[in-house]
Amino acid sequence: MTHLEHCWTAYRRDLTRRWFLRDCSVGLGAIALRQLLGGTSAAAVAADAPHLNPLAARTPHHEPKAKRVIFLFMAGAPSHLDLFDYKPELAKRDGQLPPSDLVKDYRAAFINPNSKFLGPKFKFAKQGQSGAEISELLPHLATVVDDIAIVRSMATDAFNHAPGQIFMNTGAQQFGRPSIGSWITYGLGSDASDLPAFVVFSTGSKGTSGGASNWGCGFLPSVYQGVPFRTTGDPVLYLSNPAGVDREMQRDTFDSIRRLNEMRFQVMGDPETAARINSFEMAYRMQSSAPELMDIGREPQSILDLYGAEPGKASYASSCLLARRLVERGVRFVQIFHEAWDHHGGLTSGLKEQCALTDKATAALIRDLKSRGLLEDTLVVWGGEFGRTPMVQGGGNDGRDHHPNAFTMWLAGGGIKPGMTLGETDEFGFHAVTDRVHVHDLHATILHLLGFDHTKLTYRFQGRDFRLTDVSGELVTKLLA
Amino acid sequence: VIVLLILGAALVGESHPSMAQSSAARSRSDHWSFRSVQRPQLPRVQNENWPRTPIDRFILARLEKERLAPAGVADRVTLIRRLYLDLIGLPPSLQEVDEFLQDKDPRAIEHLIERLLASPHYGERWGRHWLDAARYADSDGFEKDKSRNVWFYRDYVIKAHNDDLPYDRFIIEQLAGDLVPSATQDQLVATGFLRNSMLNEEGGIDPEQFRMEAMFDRMDAIGKSILGLTIQCAQCHSHKYDPLTQEDYYRMFAFLNNDHESQPVVYTAGEQAQIAALSRQIADIEADLKSRTPGWQARMAQWEQQVTGALKQPPAAESSSSPSPVGQSQPEWRVLALEHVGENAQRYLPRPDGSLVAQGYAPTKMTATWRSITDIQGISALRLELFTDPNLPCNGPGRSFKGTCALTEISIEAASVGKPDQKSKVEIDGASADFEQPEMPLESNFFDKTNNKRVTGPVKFAIDSNDNTAWGIDAGPGRRNQDRKAVFQFKAPVSHEGGTVLTIHLKQNHGGWNSDDHMNNNLGRFRLSVTNEAGPVIADPLPRQVRDAIAIQPDQRAPAHAAAIFSYWRTTVPEWKEANAQIESLQGQWPAGSTALTLTARENARDTHMLNRGDWLKPTASVAAGVPSFLHPLPENAAPTRLTFAKWLVDPASPTTARVFVNRVWQTYFGIGLVSSPEDFGTQCDPPSHPELLDWLAAEFMNPTFRLHATDELSRVDSVPWSMKHLHRLIVNSATYQQSSQISAASLERDPTNRLLARGARFRVEGEIVRDIALAASGLLNRQVGGRSVMPPAPAYLFQPPASYAPFPWVDDTAPEKYRRGLYTFRRRSTPYPMLQTFDAPNADFSCVRRQRSNSPLQALTSLNEPIFVECAQSLALNVLRHGGATDVDRICYAFRRVLARTPSRVEINELSGLLEKQRRRIADGWINAAEVATGKNNPPQDLPAGSTPAQLAAYTVVSRVLLNLDEAITKE
Repeated sequence: MTHLEHCWTAYRRDLTRRWFLRDCSVGLGAIALRQLLGGTSAAAVAADAPHLNPLAARTPHHEPKAKRVIFLFMAGAPSHLDLFDYKPELAKRDGQLPPSDLVKDYRAAFINPNSKFLGPKFKFAKQGQSGAEISELLPHLATVVDDIAIVRSMATDAFNHAPGQIFMNTGAQQFGRPSIGSWITYGLGSDASDLPAFVVFSTGSKGTSGGASNWGCGFLPSVYQGVPFRTTGDPVLYLSNPAGVDREMQRDTFDSIRRLNEMRFQVMGDPETAARINSFEMAYRMQSSAPELMDIGREPQSILDLYGAEPGKASYASSCLLARRLVERGVRFVQIFHEAWDHHGGLTSGLKEQCALTDKATAALIRDLKSRGLLEDTLVVWGGEFGRTPMVQGGGNDGRDHHPNAFTMWLAGGGIKPGMTLGETDEFGFHAVTDRVHVHDLHATILHLLGFDHTKLTYRFQGRDFRLTDVSGELVTKLLA
Repeated sequence: VIVLLILGAALVGESHPSMAQSSAARSRSDHWSFRSVQRPQLPRVQNENWPRTPIDRFILARLEKERLAPAGVADRVTLIRRLYLDLIGLPPSLQEVDEFLQDKDPRAIEHLIERLLASPHYGERWGRHWLDAARYADSDGFEKDKSRNVWFYRDYVIKAHNDDLPYDRFIIEQLAGDLVPSATQDQLVATGFLRNSMLNEEGGIDPEQFRMEAMFDRMDAIGKSILGLTIQCAQCHSHKYDPLTQEDYYRMFAFLNNDHESQPVVYTAGEQAQIAALSRQIADIEADLKSRTPGWQARMAQWEQQVTGALKQPPAAESSSSPSPVGQSQPEWRVLALEHVGENAQRYLPRPDGSLVAQGYAPTKMTATWRSITDIQGISALRLELFTDPNLPCNGPGRSFKGTCALTEISIEAASVGKPDQKSKVEIDGASADFEQPEMPLESNFFDKTNNKRVTGPVKFAIDSNDNTAWGIDAGPGRRNQDRKAVFQFKAPVSHEGGTVLTIHLKQNHGGWNSDDHMNNNLGRFRLSVTNEAGPVIADPLPRQVRDAIAIQPDQRAPAHAAAIFSYWRTTVPEWKEANAQIESLQGQWPAGSTALTLTARENARDTHMLNRGDWLKPTASVAAGVPSFLHPLPENAAPTRLTFAKWLVDPASPTTARVFVNRVWQTYFGIGLVSSPEDFGTQCDPPSHPELLDWLAAEFMNPTFRLHATDELSRVDSVPWSMKHLHRLIVNSATYQQSSQISAASLERDPTNRLLARGARFRVEGEIVRDIALAASGLLNRQVGGRSVMPPAPAYLFQPPASYAPFPWVDDTAPEKYRRGLYTFRRRSTPYPMLQTFDAPNADFSCVRRQRSNSPLQALTSLNEPIFVECAQSLALNVLRHGGATDVDRICYAFRRVLARTPSRVEINELSGLLEKQRRRIADGWINAAEVATGKNNPPQDLPAGSTPAQLAAYTVVSRVLLNLDEAITKE
């Protein structure tokens, strides 16, 4: 049964019940409706009436390992060669030209493909029991390295930022496809009754290349698109009451709106009005739940210190802490876009700076989720849209260009085998040579962990069943715990 | 979060007549929608009294078959509000409601419909509908998402609707307006439809890759919005379900593949009139010069001989800044083949004449370095030519937002071919140009966050070793976009045995601080040449088009050639100084204009290839322009042009074009189309709910015959084929449309998505109209039609990193601009205007022919708290106190009717009275700061009507806010 058919059946079943409630007696109907739609347990209602609530929690194809996802999107594309994929041969050949067959037909963004090799800029060491080799720039990640699975053999199709980011987030280089967060929200619904199901943060020195389409819903219903949250000010746009409106006036306003809507519902009988009543109730609840959620000042100092987060200050660290608070409250998909890694020049200082800004909080998130038992069924994904060239860019001998053939990502929790490193690149980190994981494969694997066969999570649009992985995608079984 | 999913298509679909036979036996190309439209007979119905139009017979026949009865007619207040919202996207004013209610003419509603169809707001409402399909946006999309000037296209769409431009012509103009005979500016602007594709200019992109992406997007848009076929599947492989082959796709593609991506200067009607007047005055002066100077032809001919070198004369002794030409034969120039040796940030496309066109990313400060090998000995000078090009802003020759550019500095090194690393600097002795721009400060647009006094001016600025000065070419509006040239004379001739390697650095530092915005001042199309002419070499002072015109034999010249020669020559005639100054002054009054994105046909067609799996890097077989064989054929011997393709699309033999359009209009009225997938009429689409009605509407649309009344003036205007207004008239005059939208339990149970139409449609209006309703009801709405897109207040952080990739200059408009209709809100793709996005306005990444209609808490927060909505509540309250009568009941009714048109019931009045009372009490008790609620500020309201208090205003603001947030307020009932 397709998702739509399922909704349709449920819709028909529920209609009778709701119309019984309404038609029994006008007054009773209104009361019942209020209980049905506006009560404290919206999730319970939703489970009963998925047609009315497309965000009602739903069961996937198979028993999921992960129930939610935190995607730490390192936009701009961090250098795998300086963070995760140490290449002694590259160090040795620093300043030499690459072998001509390596760069034959290679399309680069900025550089002449015949630019010289640039050796790794930082020291690497084996860390943890797993002995994963990572850069000295990631001392905090080193302490949780046994909890993550590093994939050194990622590959993508795009080497410009906007298409690359859109590809990583939607499985297509053309704009207009649903993002992975919206696919998962569409598939699983939400466990959060008074927060959006898919929340997005933007940190870093720039915004994403492609903007809202990175968390857009494409042709899926718009309730599945990511909702941008801010870590300062109103977390959600227009959450605060207008000037002068206190909480009681706001409640009076909501009450009058609800009563008048109910009166109109009695006259017109349109279920859409009932839906609007419920939306307003949820908005009211969100007005108190969202600020409470965002108030990281309620966290103990030890937790703030763990992340390096400061209340009232927007940062990657606060976003990581908020991501944990959000998944605790049932939010399905949290994505932090940290765009700061496009190091065509100033690679050394840039990487130092960005690792200093992010390493501690990233590791803290893993540690914190683990200590709360959340890591078990929360999938954490870290990575950017592509890698960077082993060849140098710029006269200062301190930059790398975009590189799609090989890069590194890591995953943790939610059914991922911890403490492993998957895949290898060639001696220069130029091609992924063993256990190559294409973006579609990564998507297939993420969907699998959430309980979906990626070929069956589909949506019919334009006479065709679309899916996140298009016509590709292989499950990467080696990554599974 | 609750949404009612649109379901039930399969439940109510009926077999199309052509599907009556076993469909399995039929080939895919026999699918009903691939056969041309035949007008069906009107069905018989039992209840002959109900139908008002043929539409009703089809609807009723089906209802009778299902043993359902139509609902009663909606009450008049509901009807007037429904018609206003549907036809012009605005609610009726109280006065309009009252006049309609008092109009006892039995045909009052027909008159109302005509008034609304004649309203300029009709074009706004239905134009916006088309703009979804046209993926209209005011920005490029992708990473930089720079602003683009495309509002002329938006206004074209509005005007086309208001003028009731027939749909076939509307489509032809949008696909090929530039190719119709004597194309007007409007027709050229119409091709913006195809140009609405996104554009990627991030660093390091290959422009051809994203030109191809745009081409795929154009195909998709044509497929969805006009053909109603999912043709983009065939980009990669033959269609899985429909009989569309991959070759068919690229054959259609070939029609579109031969164009320049132009950005011409365009003028408003007022500016066009101004230009016509100026041109006339200049022509008059020139005619006068001719008439009072006998023998001018002979003088001009002599001058021509001088400047072509036929008549040698020593150089004139005047200063080089004089426009007076020098008689000289032109030295022989050899065009250099250039190798780009700098970073690949900006890309260069070669042209057959040896010039290069800069495309893609445009860094605002850069030095382009070129290497060229030449065997010429004794190189004495280098010439830099700047050429216009349709692919540059304003036709170029530069890449700045004006099509201008600035050369900060040029430097040259030379080396022997044998020892290319042993470069020596080439000393430049002097520079000349055919345009010496007076020194002027750099426009504010190029501000680079330094205090440097940066200027452009004469060509010597390019060799003065000063990075603050540059050669500029801005000759002002109307004249800045033309070919220019500069010549740089070497101090000593350069020779190397075996050849010379020249390295030429073109420093272009006169851009602004932000490479992610329109701040570059780079060269657009240019060519470099050298000469070994001995002696002083200076730039030919004659503009290229004059030089070219002179080269034509006098008896072969077109009037434009003769005019160009004369207009230049007259500036050299000393005794015409005064007239020349007059003309110069007129030219100084030329309006600046705006720009639009259009297409212009290339002279040399591109080869179109099929692409392996749709990959632009993997071309396979070459294909000729053509159309799919399962659709209607092209005329014989049709030229392979966009115009041919456009005409083919709207050929009455097209099986889908009319069906697709009438279906989409139907969908807009009733919430769901007769075919539920407006973008896909292929074999995978669900059967239409009323197949014969669909065909009847399509036939009637192309060939109108129906009149509501046999003879009267209202119906006479209906007879134009493809008239969109005729289609609207047909629908809104129908009994089907005018039914009550009350939903009985039985009706909901039987037909939840209302495809059988046993009741009227009831659903939330589109996002723009949600906003327009609040503005109109509150009295704030600015009803101005057309013009640049406006930037109503939006949270500033949205346009700064990290919310936006780069800072974007969103400057909040103030009143009254901020109260313009929603369709004029600036559409930025990567950071959509939050209110519109929340209410499901598409962000134009791709063509959208069916909007989502969600119902979410974010919408509630927006209509409750977004600043414009809050202002609307405050303004409505003020109007209530001013015009709403003396008692609370009067005032409540007044406010209620302004928002909902109808009169409130007793219980509704009681509810609002209770609310009002409570707020007054809390204000009186000091819980609430009335001024703050009423005005958003702590100051007492300024414009209170006499006798009113801030407390009253605050209490009514609360009531108004409630009303504007009701489900009914934003719903068409």
